[in-house]
Amino acid sequence: MEAEIEVLHPGLFSSIQDFGRRGFQKYGVPFSGAMDRQALKTANLILRNKADAAVLEITQMGPKLKFSATTKIAISGANLSPRINNSEIRNNEVIKINAGDLLSFGKPQLGMRAYLAVVDGFRTEKALESRSWYEGITANEKLEKGMTLKYWSSENEKRETNASVKFDASYLTSKEIRVYPGPEFELLSQTLKTQLLQNKFSIDKNNNRMAVQLSEKLENLLKPIITGPVLPGTVQLTPGGNLIVLMRDCQTTGGYPRVLQLSEHSLNILAQKKTGEEVHFKSGS
Amino acid sequence: MAEFPKISAMGERAILVQFEPVIDENLLEKLLFYKNKLEEFYDEVKVEVTNTYNSLLINYLFTIEDVYGEVSALKRLFAEAKITKLSNRQIFHLPVCYEEEFGWDLDYISKEKNLSKKEIIDLHTSPLYTVYFIGFLPGFLYLGGLDKKLQISRKNEPRLKIEKGAVGIGENQTGIYPKSSPGGWQILGNCPVNFFDKNSNPPCEISPGDKVKFYSVSKDEFLEISEEISKGKFQFKKENYGS
Repeated sequence: MEAEIEVLHPGLFSSIQDFGRRGFQKYGVPFSGAMDRQALKTANLILRNKADAAVLEITQMGPKLKFSATTKIAISGANLSPRINNSEIRNNEVIKINAGDLLSFGKPQLGMRAYLAVVDGFRTEKALESRSWYEGITANEKLEKGMTLKYWSSENEKRETNASVKFDASYLTSKEIRVYPGPEFELLSQTLKTQLLQNKFSIDKNNNRMAVQLSEKLENLLKPIITGPVLPGTVQLTPGGNLIVLMRDCQTTGGYPRVLQLSEHSLNILAQKKTGEEVHFKSGS
Repeated sequence: MAEFPKISAMGERAILVQFEPVIDENLLEKLLFYKNKLEEFYDEVKVEVTNTYNSLLINYLFTIEDVYGEVSALKRLFAEAKITKLSNRQIFHLPVCYEEEFGWDLDYISKEKNLSKKEIIDLHTSPLYTVYFIGFLPGFLYLGGLDKKLQISRKNEPRLKIEKGAVGIGENQTGIYPKSSPGGWQILGNCPVNFFDKNSNPPCEISPGDKVKFYSVSKDEFLEISEEISKGKFQFKKENYGS
């Protein structure tokens, strides 16, 4: 039976995400997809969904949502104090939902982004082979008041779920970002290489799905490069000495020197960091 | 050993192949030839190959297990392949309205470059521009071939909003904003054509290696074309190029 979630309050920034788009980089289309893939996979695994079923990515201040019909949900990633009808619920567990239930969030406890999965995933618009929201590709960019999100209500109480999926939350508190040298790393002076790998950096307020800027500047003597490919996890060094870590919604090409490239798992770690939090880079996998 | 191409891992899921850092049509031909080779070499589902001016990026679906083996295989492929010219290239003729309503910076360019508006339009519509790649925004074409007389620096402060279709110049590049966005280029007109349609396959009809030529249209023609586009009746004026 087709059912829907009504958005009573949108919260800070939420969007539908899956594994994102592949095969469209050559047309200038970003990958998109969940900022924290590990949490996306965990939330889906708990419900025995496909690993890439579409979920709601919730940033810091969660929305208030009303379910029109029975289903089961699971929330993973950040702990944003989720509640059903005002009673606390836990992350990484199967939660039964009845028609009319209200899901809301309170004070962010740990991490930056939570992932809400429903049984069989959200049935929202698919564009260029993915349900990930991105301005200009999907009709919606972020959750708005009054919007509805479609899902398939599972009346079948016997549907199997994974009652106990072990979720290792240690990455939510990890400050270590594993990196590989980027294409322009070797052009940096020894001093700059050392600074990059030994200094601590903090997350600037300019951080979103496209990029995370770091607050501490470095002295940059590298010239811009001829526009070349960039990826989620590419660390750019701007002429002004700012370090910018590109995230899932980043452009496909860029002209700043690419000094580092994050490991896949480190992208998940960085996706969970709030403004002001400290990280450091460490070489190797 | 030759310095180029430089083949190295870019993180855990991509390999970057870099050639000499120049903007050159012969290099583009070479890149597109290798891109085709790579797509044949790999199962297309497992990798996606994109090009820029002087690089190929090979994106893998999964983490690369054996980077060394992968790089060696690629080195052999690049060493063996004998380059053949591209076929199936097209010239796309694109309408641009250079009237005042759209040509926000025509006066400025005219003063800075000591050119009349007519001269600017002639200089902009004469060249056969080469599409090097699509990047920055969905459907944004990186075009080469701007006349040196029109090369002008970007605005000191970018505009917060540039209209969809705006045709601009920044340094030695010219291009069309595929959607409204902030931007620092000097704006000379507007092209009503859509370069990107998420409901089409492929979503962008123009490919790297194709050519673009602009032609000047009046405001009335601009409106007529816009009307055709909204009714889905507009067809690119295009012709085959090369062999």
